[in-house]
Amino acid sequence: MDAGKLSKYLKTGAIWVFIVIELIFFSIAGEYLSLTDTAFMDVDNMLLLLKQSAPIGIIAMGMTIVMINGNIDLSVGATFAIAAVVLLDSMTWPIFAGLGDWVIPVAWGLALLSGVALGALNGLIVWKTGVDAFIVTLGAMLGFRGLVFMFNGENPTSHLNWTLVDFAEAQVLGLHTATWVLLVVTAIIWFIMNRTVHGRNAYAIGDNREAAINAGIKVGPHMMINFMIIGFLAALSAVVFYSESGSVNPNDGQLYELWIITAVVLGGTKLTGGSGSIIATLGGVIAIQLMRKGLGFIGADTSTVNLVLGSILIIVLFVDRQLNIKGKEELRV
Amino acid sequence: MFGLTKKDIVGVLSKEGILFAFILFMIGFTIAEPRFLSMDNIFSVIRSSAIIGVMALGVTFVVISGNLDLSVGSMMSFSTIVVLDLHDVVGPLAAIPMMFAMTLALGGLIGFLVGYLRLNSLIVTLGMLSAIHGLTLTYSGGKNMDIADKDGTWFSIFGQGTALGIPIPILIFILLAAVLGIILAKTPFGRKVYAVGGNGTAATFSGIRRARTVFTCYLASAFCVATAGLIQASRSMGSQNTVGLGLELEVLAAVILGGASLMGGAGTVFKTVVGVLILGFIQNGLLFLGLDFYYQFVVTWIIIILAVWLDLAGKRGKILSPIA
Repeated sequence: MDAGKLSKYLKTGAIWVFIVIELIFFSIAGEYLSLTDTAFMDVDNMLLLLKQSAPIGIIAMGMTIVMINGNIDLSVGATFAIAAVVLLDSMTWPIFAGLGDWVIPVAWGLALLSGVALGALNGLIVWKTGVDAFIVTLGAMLGFRGLVFMFNGENPTSHLNWTLVDFAEAQVLGLHTATWVLLVVTAIIWFIMNRTVHGRNAYAIGDNREAAINAGIKVGPHMMINFMIIGFLAALSAVVFYSESGSVNPNDGQLYELWIITAVVLGGTKLTGGSGSIIATLGGVIAIQLMRKGLGFIGADTSTVNLVLGSILIIVLFVDRQLNIKGKEELRV
Repeated sequence: MFGLTKKDIVGVLSKEGILFAFILFMIGFTIAEPRFLSMDNIFSVIRSSAIIGVMALGVTFVVISGNLDLSVGSMMSFSTIVVLDLHDVVGPLAAIPMMFAMTLALGGLIGFLVGYLRLNSLIVTLGMLSAIHGLTLTYSGGKNMDIADKDGTWFSIFGQGTALGIPIPILIFILLAAVLGIILAKTPFGRKVYAVGGNGTAATFSGIRRARTVFTCYLASAFCVATAGLIQASRSMGSQNTVGLGLELEVLAAVILGGASLMGGAGTVFKTVVGVLILGFIQNGLLFLGLDFYYQFVVTWIIIILAVWLDLAGKRGKILSPIA
């Protein structure tokens, strides 16, 4: 194994080492500080943790490929809310009244379709206007949120369907439905990015857009497909989450983009594009959820969670830069 | 006619397009609703935009230097809470400088991380957004802050007072815009900010201390945030911990609308002020038309993208991007 491969394994492995350290820390600290009798490393607790990671995690997979592609998407929280409203609202539409429980797949389809459409809109604007994705999706984040409010004003949209709740709360082989969706999405996105032409081109475009254009890669369609994927995943996340909860506030999903970007960056994906790993993003998502849960377990409040999370993000950035600085200096000479 | 070619018109439009759009917009709304352009309404719009506006002035410096600042919203919550708390502890005269010192320390920390350690500003300020929010909650214990004796203090002057018939927040906004505008346009430091943002490597090679320039930009941003926090605290005399939540995006929208490039090196204080006023008047105009507040979100979305798109189109001479 040559040195390059070793440092690559070290980098993708770092997040898992971090998770193990977190587990050990919270297990030991929990012995002394915990308010409950149960251990932190309880199996049910860990299964619950995976389930709670799912809404953020599913979207984070999409964010990883958009960031590998050299773009960013700040509008995912608002897309999440729109899909949730479409899902719950469409089940009460009179035209679907005769469908019985068959309304569920129809509502799912509409929610997912709206996610894909919004993603396609973002992608098309980034492609055709050449405006930076940061600005396009910053605008969309406001605009999509406005659309959510137009549906039902400031009132929550609610519709509880017990068949749906049963589905969302089901456990297969011990894992919850949401966890399964997260794992399947991770596997599919991993396959796309590592085993298909689209994935390879996405890396190439993020690494050096000019070179990619010169190599004859159609940059625009690839970017648009990636925005459609993240739109789809934001909607899928909403479908999984709101099937169970059955009620959505127009402000739901706010600040999701911050949590998601934090998870993706913790997983080692570069903001400048061209580099990143799907599996490491899964690690980043779990690490964040572990931190939130662990700090809660030892009695810390939200303020500490925010403080710690922000600090860790900056420290990771610093450490990552220190690790990479040597290679860069050699390059400069 | 007048010897203007199509290229000239496109050039002027792309350069000053935002100003033309603003004027057209004002004329349109005034025709639809004459009260829109009354002195009362104009004052009320500028006064309510002053807080966003003051923060946008500082962020303009940061953006021109080629960086981002997403932490201004949560930093403003921090300043507001701190000054309200200290007001009852040490009195307003000591509370204000102490709050400014604490906010500048936070700005200095960000400036150190981005300027001297050269960390990515988007992630650093994203991290600081979360960390400062945590800091504010820890400081206040999660409770709302209120000034105990609201009538026995002169502290309300910054947010509620008037001088020469003009509300103080507007005066602060104008004064700060003038000072920062002159610094950016007429001083060596201002030129350094443009140089660092335009081409950091070239600036370094011509002897400009990039790190120090970026550091100072973040200090300027923190100073503006502290001023905005002061206005907010003085206006409401009490506050929640989340008073600045999400404002960073509105501020950034105003700066972008003013034509500052996120790549750095372009933008002016005056244009940022125009961007702030556009957002303020749109909000106000839509309310005049009887539309709910969330319609402004959708309108802002369309306007931001159109503004940046037209700007780009003017520069490259083509409507659509050359991306294949």
